[in-house]
Amino acid sequence: MSTETKEKLRYERPMIRKMNAGLMNKFGTRTEYQPTSHIDTVPVKRIIEQYGSPCFVISERTIRKTYQSALRAFKTRYPKVQFAWSYKTNYLDAVCKVFHQEGAWAEVVSGFEYEKAIRNGVPGNKILFNGPDKTIAELKQAIENESTIHIDHFDELYDLIEIVETSKKKAKVAIRVNMDVGVYPLWDRFGFNYESYQAWNAITKIMNCEKMELVGLHTHIGTFMLTAGAYGIAASKLCDLAMNIKAKWNKSIQYIDMGGGFASTNTLRGSYLPGNDISPSFDDYAEVITSTILNYGFKQEDLPLLMLESGRALIDDAGYLVGSVLANKRLADGRRATIMDFGVNILFTAFWYEHKISPAQEFTHHSEDMVVYGPLCMNIDKVRESVNLPLLNRGDHVVVHKVGAYNMTQWMQFIAMRPNVVMIDMKGEVHLIRKNETIETLTDLESIPAHLNAFKL
Amino acid sequence: MKILTNIAVSESGYLFNPTNGDSFSSNLVATDIITLMKQNKTSDEIKKALQAKYDVEKSTIERDYDEFIQELGDNYLLSTDGK
Ligand SMILES: Cc1ncc(COP(=O)(O)O)c(C=O)c1O
Repeated sequence: MSTETKEKLRYERPMIRKMNAGLMNKFGTRTEYQPTSHIDTVPVKRIIEQYGSPCFVISERTIRKTYQSALRAFKTRYPKVQFAWSYKTNYLDAVCKVFHQEGAWAEVVSGFEYEKAIRNGVPGNKILFNGPDKTIAELKQAIENESTIHIDHFDELYDLIEIVETSKKKAKVAIRVNMDVGVYPLWDRFGFNYESYQAWNAITKIMNCEKMELVGLHTHIGTFMLTAGAYGIAASKLCDLAMNIKAKWNKSIQYIDMGGGFASTNTLRGSYLPGNDISPSFDDYAEVITSTILNYGFKQEDLPLLMLESGRALIDDAGYLVGSVLANKRLADGRRATIMDFGVNILFTAFWYEHKISPAQEFTHHSEDMVVYGPLCMNIDKVRESVNLPLLNRGDHVVVHKVGAYNMTQWMQFIAMRPNVVMIDMKGEVHLIRKNETIETLTDLESIPAHLNAFKL
Repeated sequence: MKILTNIAVSESGYLFNPTNGDSFSSNLVATDIITLMKQNKTSDEIKKALQAKYDVEKSTIERDYDEFIQELGDNYLLSTDGK
C-alpha cells in the first residue's frame, strides 16, 4: 500500500488557462518562480514542523552581510561614519544584538525602546534619543547616562532648559530639523523647520544655555525615499547650519545625522516596476550624501561624523515569513483566491508592499492569477491583491520574502496570536528568539470584577 | 455535463476550440479530466481514475472537480445540449 502511494503522482488542482497570443497580461511576464525550499540551508519544512506555521525566520547571515555592505558604501567615501540601529524597525533583542555586534549604536524613540537598548548593554553615550514623546524622568535619565537627546519641539527644549538648571551634568543635545527636500508631502511635523529659521532659533536658545551642549544636527526626511538626490539637499541644509554655528560661536558640530529612509528592494504597492529595479542602492545614497558634505567646505578637522539611522534597508531582506495554504476558493467573479494562515495581523507591511511569495516545494510550470487572503474575518485582510503564482494545494507551504522591517514591531494581536520568531545563525543552526503567544499571554493581563464571574445560560 | 465534442487536446495539455478559435494551456490533471470526458466517462469514473493516479484525497478531488467543470463552462467548453 505504501509503495503504491509513493508511486502516485503529486496532485495539482486541475486548471486551464486561456492563451492570449501577443498580449502582455497585467501581471507582467510569466513567473520565473523558483521554489524556496530552504532558508540559509535550513529546510522550510523542518522549520514549520518544529516551530509551527506561520513562523517568522530571520537570517543572521543576511543581517550582517547587508550591514557590512551599507557600511562599506559609506566608509569607502567618507572618513567618519557611524550607524545607529533604529529600534522601532525591529527591536527583538537578538536582532538588535547582531547590529550592536557589528558596531551599530542604538536609535530609540520612546522610553520603552530606551530601556531596551540599556538592557541590551548599549552604553548610554551610544544611544540617540529621538521622538516627540520623552517624559521628564526619561530626559533626566538620558542626561545622567550621557545619551544624546534629539530635541523635537520647543516645549521639550523648555523642559530641558528647566531640568539642566538643577542637574549636575550638562545635557548633550541635537535638534531634529525638518526641511523642504523636494519630496512631498513634507515631513514637517517632527523637529524644527529649516526654511522658516525655526531651527536657527532653537540652535540659538541651546547655544545660550550653558548647561546644554549642541553635539549634533539631525534630520529624517521620510521613509522609502526613492530619490537619492533628496539626501543631497538635506545634507547641504544641515551643513549650512553647521557652518553658521561655526561662524557665529566658533563651535564645531560633532555629527550630522541623516536619519533613515533608504528604500529596501521591496516593491511598493501599485508600483509598475519591481523594487529591485528602482530602489537606489547604498552606493547611490552614499555618493550623494558624502560628496555633499565633503564638498561643502569644512576644514579637515571640522569634518563632522556622519551618523545614519537606516532601518528597513538594513533588515527587510533578512526577514522571512513562512506559512501554509489553508484553503483555495473560486470567487463569484471567477477569480482564484488562496487563503493563507497569515494575514495583515502579522504581516502589516502587506499594506505597503507587494511582497514576493514563493512556494516552498516543487511545482509544475502552470500558474494562475489569484488574490491572496489572510485568515482574518475582515475584508482588509489581503496579502496580495493580484499575483501570479504556481498552483498551490491545501497544506502547501509558502515563503514571504523581505519582511524583516516593521512587521515584528507593528504586528497586532488581533483574532490570532503572534507566532514564533526564529533566527538562523551563521552556522545554520535555528534558535527560537521570540516564543509564540498563548492565550495566557493575554488573559494574564486581564482581571474580572467579582460580580461578573457567575452566569447561567 | 459533456465537453464539446470537437475540442482538440494534445498530450502536452494544449487545448483548442475550433468553434471560436480559443486556445488554452492545461495542467496534467486538467488534461486527464478532459481526455476522460472526451471518452464519455462518467464523473464518478473520472474521479476514481484520478484518485488511482494521484496522491490526493477523495474530498479534494470532489471539490476541485466541481469547480473545474464550472471553469470549463465559463470558458464555453461544455456542450449546452447535453444538459
Ligand atoms: C527618527 C527616525 N530615524 C530612523 C528611522 C528609520 O527609518 P527607515 O526604516 O525608513 O530607514 C525612522 C523611521 O520612521 C525615524 O523616525
